[in-house]
Amino acid sequence: MSPERASLTVSKIRDGTVIDHIPAGKALTVLRILSITGKEGLRTAVLMNVESRKLGRKDIIKIENRELSSKEVNAIALVAPTATINIIRNYVVHKKLRVEVPENIVGILRCPNPTCITNRPREPVTPRFKVTSKSPLVLQCVYCGTIIREDEIEKLLTA
Amino acid sequence: MGFRGRDVISILDFTREDLEELFGLADYFLSNKRSYKLLEDYVVALAFFEPSTRTRLSFETAAKLLGAKVIGFTSEEGTSLAKGETFADTIRMLDGYADLIVVRHKNEGAALYAAEIAEHPVINAGDGKQHHPTQAMLDLFTIWKLFNRVDGLVYAVVGDLRYGRAASSFIYGLTLFEPEKVYLVSPPLLRARPEVVRVLEEKGVKYEEKRSVEEVISEIDVMYVTRVQKERFPDPLEYERVKGSYRITLKLLEKAKDHMKILHPLPRVDEIDPEVDSTRHAAYFTQARFGVPVRMALLSLIVGVKP
Ligand SMILES: [Zn+2]
Repeated sequence: MSPERASLTVSKIRDGTVIDHIPAGKALTVLRILSITGKEGLRTAVLMNVESRKLGRKDIIKIENRELSSKEVNAIALVAPTATINIIRNYVVHKKLRVEVPENIVGILRCPNPTCITNRPREPVTPRFKVTSKSPLVLQCVYCGTIIREDEIEKLLTA
Repeated sequence: MGFRGRDVISILDFTREDLEELFGLADYFLSNKRSYKLLEDYVVALAFFEPSTRTRLSFETAAKLLGAKVIGFTSEEGTSLAKGETFADTIRMLDGYADLIVVRHKNEGAALYAAEIAEHPVINAGDGKQHHPTQAMLDLFTIWKLFNRVDGLVYAVVGDLRYGRAASSFIYGLTLFEPEKVYLVSPPLLRARPEVVRVLEEKGVKYEEKRSVEEVISEIDVMYVTRVQKERFPDPLEYERVKGSYRITLKLLEKAKDHMKILHPLPRVDEIDPEVDSTRHAAYFTQARFGVPVRMALLSLIVGVKP
């Protein structure tokens, strides 16, 4: 089955967002970042492990009546750096966004160091990380200096 | 970049030139030991959320010798923090009273966070296991005084390099200079953290990790000793096995270079044999005395006054 035919198994959406080229198996993590649980009532299609010329296998998410904030786009970059985002309006692609890992990450993740000030209970401090390498992705907590490697990021998501 | 109005969070915030300026002024205060009126109109807050004797007294003495008024507390007990106030609110209160805030806290990043909240300069007097920049300043000043330079020497940093903030800060401090080589001597469990090692690599400092002082004793010019705490070992037997490798004795020193100097941020427990105190190698008591002039110099430079 070609990728085109795979995507045809789900009908086109009128208004909303298509997130394509998600690394295979990461669709549910992306949904978690977007806080989409299904209870919001948004018509959502999740395709997992479909063939992709570029990635071998990939996941796709289509969400009706929901556009993404830039903060959400940045967060997706952390777990799905290959993803492409198409904003659909009236059945046509209104805008294409390529996710890009930002220089700094504010919020989204918690610091893995339990004694970091950002993990102090009730303290109104937002975790902040500096991106010290984009490929492979390496982050560093601005407060405590802890280095975070790509494979640790998913379990630190607070979304 | 200079010091005026700046926060002091990490020794890495400063340049070699900054430190040389600091050393010059510390040297002046060292040889002109008297009280000054340079900070007469200033209030210095000592916010020690974690107990401390040495660092706090040294800051207090330095501030008072400069003529400043000193306020503060020395542990969370009895403060509104114990009643559930956030750290941020306590810092805001102090910021309202003081012109300069010295903070010690058990959480890494507390000083940076305080600096983001406070309008007045914040000096980090130790945040968890991370930074202790004023300790590193006085350590480097000690070496500068003893050897007339920090460059070109072979160093061994010994003990708990993972949780010890003095050791981490000292290593960071060395990267601002050009040491010949830095040996990191620790049990495998207490190796320097990845972010510390990364700075050594980025700055191109030649370093090597070792397991015992014995292996490097004949090569080094400076030995920086820190405590290896029993509590750090999940298995007490492991501690018993390794502790001897980090104990400095007269016998070990037989192989040392004549001019080799031993530094220790103090307090020590049993990592340096008391018999070592009377040898020409012991520099830790001299080092401790330099705490006051170095902190006097730092406070003056931040406020922007000179004698
Ligand atoms: Zn942290």
